[in-house]
Amino acid sequence: MFQYIIRRLISTIPVLFGISLMLFFLLRALPGDPAQVIAGELATEKEVELIRNQLGLDRPVYVQYAKFLVRIVQFDLGTSTRTQYPVTKEIAPRLLNTVILALAATVLACLLGIPAGIIAAVKPYTTIDMVVTAMALFGMSMPAFWLGLMLIIIFSVKLKLLPVGGSGGAVYLILPAITLAAYLLASIARNTRSAMMEVLAQDYITTARSKGVRERMVIIRHALKNSFIPVITVIGLQFGSLLGGTVLTETVFAWPGLGRLLVSSILARDYPVIQGAILIFALLFVLTNLIVDMLYAYFDPRVRYD
Amino acid sequence: MTDHPAKTAAAPESTGQEYGHWRIGLAKLLRNKAACFGAVVILIFILASFLAPVFYAKDPNAQDIRHALEPPSLQRPLGTDELGRSILMRIIYGGRISLAISISAVVLALLVGVPFGLISGYFGGKIDFIIQRVTDVMLSFPPFLLALALVSVLGVGLKNTIISVGIAGIPHTIRITRGCVLSIREQVYVEAARAVGTRDGVILFRHILPNVMVPIIVNATLFLGMAIIFAAGLGFLGVGVQPPAPEWGTMLGAGRSLLFAAPHVATFPGIAIFLVVLGFNLLGDGLRDALDPRLGYE
Repeated sequence: MFQYIIRRLISTIPVLFGISLMLFFLLRALPGDPAQVIAGELATEKEVELIRNQLGLDRPVYVQYAKFLVRIVQFDLGTSTRTQYPVTKEIAPRLLNTVILALAATVLACLLGIPAGIIAAVKPYTTIDMVVTAMALFGMSMPAFWLGLMLIIIFSVKLKLLPVGGSGGAVYLILPAITLAAYLLASIARNTRSAMMEVLAQDYITTARSKGVRERMVIIRHALKNSFIPVITVIGLQFGSLLGGTVLTETVFAWPGLGRLLVSSILARDYPVIQGAILIFALLFVLTNLIVDMLYAYFDPRVRYD
Repeated sequence: MTDHPAKTAAAPESTGQEYGHWRIGLAKLLRNKAACFGAVVILIFILASFLAPVFYAKDPNAQDIRHALEPPSLQRPLGTDELGRSILMRIIYGGRISLAISISAVVLALLVGVPFGLISGYFGGKIDFIIQRVTDVMLSFPPFLLALALVSVLGVGLKNTIISVGIAGIPHTIRITRGCVLSIREQVYVEAARAVGTRDGVILFRHILPNVMVPIIVNATLFLGMAIIFAAGLGFLGVGVQPPAPEWGTMLGAGRSLLFAAPHVATFPGIAIFLVVLGFNLLGDGLRDALDPRLGYE
């Protein structure tokens, strides 16, 4: 297990390099003078000159990239052209909000999606299975941001039960978490169902049943654990959609997270913040995939020895 | 795994095998009610957006402030928006934009992703290593965020929406194509072709490509729906297709500030997106069940 973790950690290094390369070229792909673009349209000659120096734009590209890498490693992501604060200071509080939202959505999706998938698999082709399958399909076809708007109309405008948006306490988290969870919930339910059905057809389930194990125990003890692996895969695969979804969900509910910061920075052409936010999103995604792979290895010993 | 459509219908060693396979697939697809429903929904949207000028000669962007924010009525079935424009007509005209974006983006992803996937899987070695590391990096960005990052560099608008969404779909296309090629590369007929001295290009396009088409088509169909959601998401955030163009996501974005005064403005464009994406998802699932013999037992 330990060896596997080390191997997996080493394999992320080239990916991290690739990410840094892409972000490095992101700013350089912009038309015009990068220093001018980064400093913003209203910057003075002196500020532009300062940034040009900072980035080493008069030096060869590989020196520029090396400088960029050194700065990233030192957590120096530059200065926001909008607020003049360091980008890391802008990002840190919002990152926490996004992580809270993403975690709430993931937990919600698991708590509802896994049982729904199990029930559907245990009673296949019944009404309840049809309902779960249909809901899952709907959830996967619905644009989350639209679902968010509809939830606001129902629960905030009509019923006046929950706040339209903003942040404060747990009440503010309910609608955004449901909105963000919808897609993941749907795919978890779908995949739990098919994984569970496959497991229930296995010989060892028949054996357990014929031993006289109660059906509830067959499902919880024997079937559930073996159907976890495909479910973990889905969570890992769909976590990217979830992170992408935070951008839209946060915009709908004015949730002060990283996604909303990214959008407002794109609209304001605040490139240092754009670069920083995308970097953090990519790191979050790489990190989750790492965790998913570790969980894999934990649940399925075969993975460790491939 | 009781029936083997490819095998039972096959006249061995002839192209008839493929035709038989596709025909049986089509028959299966037509028996799948959900997939047919999906196809019909998509057809209705395509027809409506093509025929839009026939039954609505007015410019869908023309404003009529006197009728602003009217709720749905017999005269204006889905009501009007803040500038008095018919929401129904804007949705129908917007279908052209959404479908055009999604089809173009998928074509872009296929044109780049399939050749790279074929080369990567077939030749292996160094070139495979390089292509796969680049794919790894692209996949380490959540797809929608990749599109968003590209838009932030390229700028807003229709063309850049297509490019960004298309590029976001490339890495998955490469992965899927490569995976299929890997399993087919070692088949006897490929080895035979190589043994008689067939050139690599011919092997790739004549012998391998037709056999990896099914998963590519299935995924392209599912990606058509995803692309519509991505494009609408960009429009909703204000960085996609720009107003006054009646793009569905842009319309939703405009409706966001009217949730209290006129909830119908944000409701209907979302239903349109939902229906079309549902259509593509149902069709994609149906195609997979019908065409992929490995899933024959489902």
